[in-house]
Amino acid sequence: MSTYSLSDGLASGAPHLSRAPWRASWVRDSGAGVLASVAWIAFGLSCLWWEDVGDWSRTHSLGITAFVIAAVALFGTVGADYLGSTGRALRQRAPWLVVLGVFLTLWEVATAKFAWLPLPFFPPPQSIIEVYTDDLPKLLDSVFASVKLQLGGYLIGATVGFLTGVSIGWSRAVGYWVHPVLRFIGPLPATAWLPIAFFTFPSSWSASTFLIALATGFPVTVLTWSGVASVSNAYYDVARTLGAKPSFLVLKVAIPAALPHVFVGLFMGLGSSFAVLVVAEMIGVKAGLGWYLQWAQGWAAYANMYAALIVMSLLCSGAITLLFSIRDRLLVWQKGTVKW
Amino acid sequence: MVAATALAEIDAHPAAGAALDIEQVSHAFDIDGAELPVLSDVSISVEPGEFVALLGPSGCGKSTLLRLVAGLDKPRSGTLREDEARITRPHPSRVVVFQDPTLFPWRTVWDNVALGLEAQGILKSQRHRVDAALDLVGLASFRNAYPHQLSGGMAQRVALARALVNDPKILILDEPLGKLDSLTRITMQAELVSLWQRKGFTTLLVTHDAEEALVLANRVIVFSDRPARVKADIRVDRPYPRHRGDPYLADLRRQILGLLGLDATW
Ligand SMILES: Nc1ncnc2c1ncn2[C@@H]1O[C@H](COP(=O)(O)OP(=O)(O)OP(=O)(O)O)[C@@H](O)[C@H]1O
Ligand SMILES: [Mg+2]
Repeated sequence: MSTYSLSDGLASGAPHLSRAPWRASWVRDSGAGVLASVAWIAFGLSCLWWEDVGDWSRTHSLGITAFVIAAVALFGTVGADYLGSTGRALRQRAPWLVVLGVFLTLWEVATAKFAWLPLPFFPPPQSIIEVYTDDLPKLLDSVFASVKLQLGGYLIGATVGFLTGVSIGWSRAVGYWVHPVLRFIGPLPATAWLPIAFFTFPSSWSASTFLIALATGFPVTVLTWSGVASVSNAYYDVARTLGAKPSFLVLKVAIPAALPHVFVGLFMGLGSSFAVLVVAEMIGVKAGLGWYLQWAQGWAAYANMYAALIVMSLLCSGAITLLFSIRDRLLVWQKGTVKW
Repeated sequence: MVAATALAEIDAHPAAGAALDIEQVSHAFDIDGAELPVLSDVSISVEPGEFVALLGPSGCGKSTLLRLVAGLDKPRSGTLREDEARITRPHPSRVVVFQDPTLFPWRTVWDNVALGLEAQGILKSQRHRVDAALDLVGLASFRNAYPHQLSGGMAQRVALARALVNDPKILILDEPLGKLDSLTRITMQAELVSLWQRKGFTTLLVTHDAEEALVLANRVIVFSDRPARVKADIRVDRPYPRHRGDPYLADLRRQILGLLGLDATW
């Protein structure tokens, strides 16, 4: 964000524009877009020019799509001034479009056309597209199962972790009893519980929910606790002289002051719970993207694995983005927070 | 700087001052097992509505005494009373403006000022008092700003507003004007005096500036080096508004600086 807005400011506010020849400024604004367009035309041509070495049904439509993207990149960046914020966004991303186009061209040529990379393990782009079009229902089912499991476990873990962390940070008695347990059990990787969890819990689904909650709960607890413990006494002094009761001190002083720490814990918990989710799905739950990966491997369906991996990465990234935007909303008062 | 309506608003909730009795108070801290005596047999009796300035060398124990008056700490020996009632815990009738503004960074300026009313559960019916207090310190236009967006002096003014909005009987000020530029400072001093005259609360002001003490207070107490003892208790019988060049005050100032061991430099 900051780097983009910096270059934005330079581009729009700099006085040197008036003296530079119009061609230089045109190249700076639209050059990357033109290059992106060239790269995507190259990708489209690489799809259509040679015959496929294998039997893939989406090669032709992929080539056409590449040309469409090339056209959008070209007109979008050259005509960005007429497209408002969409145009500006496109211009900012044009260098990435170039890289992506080049990468896809190389990939296409190296796999589908000349098979420089050993074939079943490195499927061409069109076979991954094929997965998305032909195996969509199963993939969607898996996505739905994964999201449901992850969401349930994460929310339970985050809630329990937050409440435990606040209680330990606030009450000496709770700390006395919970702290040793936390020290003993917390650092254990949640996946180590897998074998036990799967036969002690009534269903593999509840076992996995428990494990995800455990993986989330530990970092959230520890960071909430340390956040509450590190709140400066000066805040409590101020609140107490103004007539605050203990409940006010917890809810309106300790918790808001600890919130930045809590979010660090929530991020850490999200990361470790993803790992547990995938392993739990592969081993126990017969659903979800982890299971889909496992299944695809069993059938040597490598394109399906790549397709599932891409979806998984989009989902994880989406979850982190969501958490970041919640944090930005709750912590507007902080200055200099990292943009995701 | 002050909107007349702002003063009127705050005046609508009169709170007379309370008497404050500090009786033979001694206090000490334990630092690394060794005892550090900070207050030694301090006795001060403050009449309701008096404006008392406390002067003393840095680190002598002034802030410590204020914490005892606020009820945040208990003295090792001696008692403190507000209107005959022993001070054992903080109460919103005694409000402190600390040396650091300690605004809550997660609250806007308005919400910071509203803190006391919210903590006492009376904010809903008393929102106008928050607006009035913000007007009073001239920060009404910053009501939605966050503390990190304020200058040091502005933050200190917000802290002052946060205290005043509670209509304290005893206002406890720990160098609240120390961070202000000299212009704002003189304005705020005038505000403080006029507010105190209208509302009649008892004021305890720690300052390191003898001139400020003499312009504001009707009593100046000078402390010794740590552990603090009352070295002098000086009445300042001059009408307000006071003049900085007043020869009577200049004479007192020379005396006070002498007590603080600065006669050579003056
Ligand atoms: N919580 C504490 N624990 C240990 N020692 C303390 C504590 N608070 C204050 N002291 C010590 O007590 C002494 C008096 O501190 P105090 O803050 O009251 O000084 P002060 O008169 O307000 O000084 P200044 O004018 O610089 O603010 C200092 O020597 C300080 O080191
Ligand atoms: Mg002090």
